[in-house]
Amino acid sequence: MIRISAKWTERIAFFFLLVSTLIIIIPVILITVMIIQKGLPAMNLEFLTESPRLGMRAGGIFPAILGTVYLVLGTMVFALPIGILAAIYLSEYARDNWLTRAIDLAIVNLAGVPSVVYGLFGLGLFVIFLNFGTSILAGSLTLAIMSLPVIITASREALGTVPQSFREVSLALGATRWQTIRRVVLPNALPGIMTGTVLALSRAAGETAPILFTVAAFYLPKLPQSVFDQCMALPYHLYVIATQVPKIKPHVQYGTALVLIVMVLVMNLSAILIRAHFRKKKHW
Amino acid sequence: MEKKKKIEIRDLSVLYGGEEALRHVNLDILEREIMSVIGPANSGKTSLLRTLNRLNDRVSNAKVRGEILIDGQSVYKKILPDVLRRRMGMIFALPIPLPLSIYDNIAYGPRVHGIHQKSVLDRKVEESLQEAFLWDEVKDRLNLPAMKLSGGQQQRLCIARALAVEPEIILYDEPCSGLDPLSTAKVEETMVRLKSRYTQILVTNNTKQAARVGERTAFFLMGELVEVDATDKIFTVPTDKRTEDYVSGRFG
Repeated sequence: MIRISAKWTERIAFFFLLVSTLIIIIPVILITVMIIQKGLPAMNLEFLTESPRLGMRAGGIFPAILGTVYLVLGTMVFALPIGILAAIYLSEYARDNWLTRAIDLAIVNLAGVPSVVYGLFGLGLFVIFLNFGTSILAGSLTLAIMSLPVIITASREALGTVPQSFREVSLALGATRWQTIRRVVLPNALPGIMTGTVLALSRAAGETAPILFTVAAFYLPKLPQSVFDQCMALPYHLYVIATQVPKIKPHVQYGTALVLIVMVLVMNLSAILIRAHFRKKKHW
Repeated sequence: MEKKKKIEIRDLSVLYGGEEALRHVNLDILEREIMSVIGPANSGKTSLLRTLNRLNDRVSNAKVRGEILIDGQSVYKKILPDVLRRRMGMIFALPIPLPLSIYDNIAYGPRVHGIHQKSVLDRKVEESLQEAFLWDEVKDRLNLPAMKLSGGQQQRLCIARALAVEPEIILYDEPCSGLDPLSTAKVEETMVRLKSRYTQILVTNNTKQAARVGERTAFFLMGELVEVDATDKIFTVPTDKRTEDYVSGRFG
């Protein structure tokens, strides 16, 4: 048997670890470069601020951008308070019993449900049963339900990083449980909660399947006027112009993809900045 | 003059799951005394403190039997936990400043209890820090993060923070286990000086500390109260053989 010296095993291990890491980076770089290269020619003021013309082949994608912004805001309005409050309950109040365990299990499973199933669920519950129609409201609620497990899990993790000893100090000073949460736990968990939430929302911004049946419109001549209106959205618009519109110039498709990616990246970047900012201020 | 009983512990047993941490403990703590509680690891000392101020409520499988009275009032039946804890400050084994400034640490308790007037808070912060003998060391840098203080200063900050809510009783859970001898001496000095105003219970692993600070000493072993008596007696002529073995350093 050949024995390889420790020095060589070290080198071999280093080589494979490095190669694996580089393999991860390659698709990221390729996607980014390709989309920027092909999408950049589409970028101009008209593209960002005007409605599509000539069956999507010309004009801009402003209604889709606006629609995605509406949907992200709508998702935030519904998912943020419910997600954070549920996470607080589960981390700070719930006792370890069968109900808590059942809820835990439900959340884990909810996170694993394919997004198209959320779309169908939203269609059944919000669009048809609650009679919201295909609307921003129905779409936001569907996206919110899809984001909840992620927001809850991230928030619970953030709450979990606040040392138990802080809670005990506060309680020992005669603070109630809610005062302790409000004054000690939440301020210290907030950066983590915000980071997790923004990441969840940026996912929601890019989803197609959940909005397919609940809100997204192929083409709308005018902008939505209320939450009960349909809207266009970037991911669905991209799907439409990539598959349903013949003889479209590729730079329109890639331009749309570029705008979507930039929006998602900006959100992710802001999450990273929030985290970095608070980490500097943390003294424990 | 006979001192008044501040805390009466009657047939107290504490269980975690099926495991008994305290067994049928009967103990009176007198007003304005320092009661040292000694014993080896797992003897139930910390459980005793956490049962007194009901921090054990947080442990889902903790069960408490028996009765604890403060000024004749039942802790588990008559007093809400937050009201109880306000009357009973606690100093933990490691100094745990909240991630706030020195000032905000001390003001935390009063603010929680509804005091927001700046002048009142200012006065409370100063008084508490002076009572804990930390004022002179920090008065010029009250806005410094409390985590920047040295370990001994942090622990005295924790004492000041507990004093700011004007408790009647202070519980110390091995307060000097992470401190160097000099800081320890300062914390002990603080305890002795606070004697005139507060009832204090000092749980400690350090028998010498118990001897230095406590007027009476209780010796716990495996969840049972073996013996309680004047500190001098416990350390010179204990009644129980096990106490003698422990204080003379034969085990523990």
